[in-house]
Amino acid sequence: MNETHGDTIMRVENLAVHFPMGGGLFGGQRRWLHAVDGVDLELKRGECLGLVGESGCGKSTLALSLLGLQAPTRGRIILDGHDVSGSAGKDRKDRARFAQMVFQDPYSSLNPRQTVRTTLEAPLRLHGVTSRSEIDDRIADVLKHVGLRTDQAERFPHEFSGGQRQRIGIARALILRPKIIILDEPVSALDVSIRAQIINLLLELKETLGLSYVMISHDLGVVEHMSDRVAVMYLGRIVETGGWETIFTNPQHPYTRALIAAIPDPFSRTTGVKITGEIPNPLNPPTGCGFHPRCPEARDICRIPPAPLLEAIAEDHLVRCRRVGEFA
Amino acid sequence: MKIRANLLIGGVLFATVILAGILAPLLAHTDPVMDANLMFAEEPPGGEFWFGTDAQGRDIYSRVLYGARISLTVGIVSQLINTVIGVCLGLSAGYWGGWWDDFVNGLTNLMLAIPSLIFALAIMAILTPGLTSLLIALGLTNWSFTCRLARASALSLKSQGYVQAAKVLGYGDIRIMLTQLLPNMLGPIIVIGTLGMGGAVLAEASLSFLGLGIRPPFPSWGSMLSDARDQITTAPWISVFPGLAIFMTVLGLNLLGDGLRDILDPQSRTRRA
Amino acid sequence: MSQKPLLEVENLRIDLSIGDTKFPAVQDVSFTIGRGETLGLVGESGCGKSITALALIGLLRHPLSIGGGIIRFDGREIQSLSPAQMRQLRGDRISMIFQEPMTALNPLSPVGRQIAEMFVLHKGASWRDAERQAVEALASVRVPAPERRVKDYPHQLSGGMRQRVMIAIALACSPDLLLADEPTTALDVTVQAEILDLIRDLCAERGTAVLMISHDLGLIANMCRRVGVMYAGRIVEERAAEDVFRAPSHPYTSGLVASLPLLGARARQGRHRLMEIAGVVPPVAAFPAGCRFHPRCRASTEICVAADPEVTLLPNGGSVRCHHHE
Repeated sequence: MNETHGDTIMRVENLAVHFPMGGGLFGGQRRWLHAVDGVDLELKRGECLGLVGESGCGKSTLALSLLGLQAPTRGRIILDGHDVSGSAGKDRKDRARFAQMVFQDPYSSLNPRQTVRTTLEAPLRLHGVTSRSEIDDRIADVLKHVGLRTDQAERFPHEFSGGQRQRIGIARALILRPKIIILDEPVSALDVSIRAQIINLLLELKETLGLSYVMISHDLGVVEHMSDRVAVMYLGRIVETGGWETIFTNPQHPYTRALIAAIPDPFSRTTGVKITGEIPNPLNPPTGCGFHPRCPEARDICRIPPAPLLEAIAEDHLVRCRRVGEFA
Repeated sequence: MKIRANLLIGGVLFATVILAGILAPLLAHTDPVMDANLMFAEEPPGGEFWFGTDAQGRDIYSRVLYGARISLTVGIVSQLINTVIGVCLGLSAGYWGGWWDDFVNGLTNLMLAIPSLIFALAIMAILTPGLTSLLIALGLTNWSFTCRLARASALSLKSQGYVQAAKVLGYGDIRIMLTQLLPNMLGPIIVIGTLGMGGAVLAEASLSFLGLGIRPPFPSWGSMLSDARDQITTAPWISVFPGLAIFMTVLGLNLLGDGLRDILDPQSRTRRA
Repeated sequence: MSQKPLLEVENLRIDLSIGDTKFPAVQDVSFTIGRGETLGLVGESGCGKSITALALIGLLRHPLSIGGGIIRFDGREIQSLSPAQMRQLRGDRISMIFQEPMTALNPLSPVGRQIAEMFVLHKGASWRDAERQAVEALASVRVPAPERRVKDYPHQLSGGMRQRVMIAIALACSPDLLLADEPTTALDVTVQAEILDLIRDLCAERGTAVLMISHDLGLIANMCRRVGVMYAGRIVEERAAEDVFRAPSHPYTSGLVASLPLLGARARQGRHRLMEIAGVVPPVAAFPAGCRFHPRCRASTEICVAADPEVTLLPNGGSVRCHHHE
């Protein structure tokens, strides 16, 4: 399984990121936090993969290791046929030309002391583009793509509104012409009336520039609208993955169902099936299926180790649940 | 924009001292070292000697002017050394963390535990007294506050999205520290540096007063005060004028530091509309 | 309605002082809430929804101040009350929960004591009785093992648990009105669903009226019977919740509804390009003249620039503030 399909741009195999907790100078038991615990993913060219889950599910850590900012404990990341699973940092510069990121907060994600031009020009120079005319052309080009005027390049971030700042953040992610962009909650910090502009822009850019997205979001409406495929994460593992239509119209894992039911329905004042309890401490995960303490469908079998496997129940639909066949 | 009073007064005081130092050869009436004349010893301030003369009959006005050169050199150069050391250690410790951070923290705490003047005294005792030794002694002993400030700023800035973005764009660590972190922490560091300059001027005066700084007969405000000890009741002007010069310089630097803090504080800038 | 409403707000104006100039951050805002009723205020950041709630509970601080209008709670004008009378009212008859419960709870006091304080303060209970009632209050907000949890400090609890404690404090004295300002924005979706259920159930049980404030139109429509849509310091449309999504009347509301990627929409109708509302939300100091939405409005004409639209009553109940309402 070394070679990748022609249409697969990124493949993640059995990726795990464990953090040491405690221990240190005065002893104490050193424990391991399994932030990402054996994740398999495949991103196809031109696709948007929605990564869904609640806080602490490991989606942000996963994104950092895809970008080379967090060394995986084990597993492989294959970008466009090349295994890049080395330690974090070393290949940062190479990976920068391949994968970029758009951040959640348009305020803290731009350096307040750099003009838009500096923000866009410095990475180009770092990556060997030195001719003045080429730099100017590429900056003008990327600004046009995100809907900003060239003369706005001389301004500082505080002169822009939140939506425009997010456009600058997108321009920065595009300037090195990457193939993959990780979108980390790209609209959740924006005003509601501005979100549609950015969502439309991202979808257009995906088409015109042939980009592939990994989008982290907790807003299921946005995920449904933008994604081609969806992966649902819980406690460091993928619990269900499939095409967007499968996940949103025929969810099988009780957690996916609960997530969808938890979104308030504006057309009725009733509520769906709810789950109770809180996300368990990842330092002390439940035995067996990680979701069983909150699962309305849990039986004794769910508490017995090992954790259930992610199994295909249909074409391109994988679910990690022992009882998946038993409920309608 | 309204100019703040502290910035204005501090700036004027500091500029006066700088001008006095630079223009000393033009403004001075006599050579500060050579023109001793016991005929005019301990003359009170008056027509010929504006600030009076000292026990050796040297013109205090001229010596105070030349003293500004020494005080400013010590203040600026030693504080520059402190700032560079403090920023390098603090910035890298805050950004990298881990054992390096532990080490720098330990070193900083050690420096804070020893009174810096005692430390400088010890260094001066080992080195031969003189301007260079003084610069080294004061430049190596006052970086702990700058270091702590740089470390704390780096800790809070490194989680900002734009630092993450720079990593994603393939920037190396040193480049990130210099282009992303440093410009955003410079304001408070300049403030601490300016305030520290006043401290260095005082420290030079103290060391020279104790006889471990600038050696006589070269005019330093501290050594002038030291020389004037015996005449403090009989000829108070010998100590009053260098003392006043120290007071004005340190006050000017402190006001300037406060004023800079006001305008460099990011809180006072317009942020989210 | 034979009975007088619980809360009447008439032409409320809230001023924001910048230097010597006062800008109306909220202007001509009027609404009523009956006993046990739920009203939602929805809008974007800076539209004035949160400061309206703060005005109701008498917590506006400089640079904000009430610049005019009447707030009548249970027949009494709130502005005429002394600070001591206002304190009596707060927590006992009107209470409030916030977005970030950590900042609203005292970090140095066990949560049980913070709940018990409400009974001591407002009901004259002894501390011993109050502590016992605090356990019951925690149980009522569905905190497991409440007799042990009362001894916990806020930092020992998760975000969801802290918000439950806040709700327990807010509802301790069975107030007539609960102000909920983005109570679930900081929480995960599954926890949000539980907290919303809790607010809905407890308030229905005790007959507590709710003013729910959020930027999430879907959440407001789901939780409230009536919805007021705020834009740039005004209520631009007030409707029954179900009408807001089905037949929005103000161009801002219809623009918002069309711009939302609603869950299930793509499965039903395929992927459409989302409607965009052009421009940006204006800051308080730069609210436009005339209709405040006109620079961003598709239907805008000369009259929208020239004249401020009056409130128009709609035939099926509700009201709208627009020259060209649908």
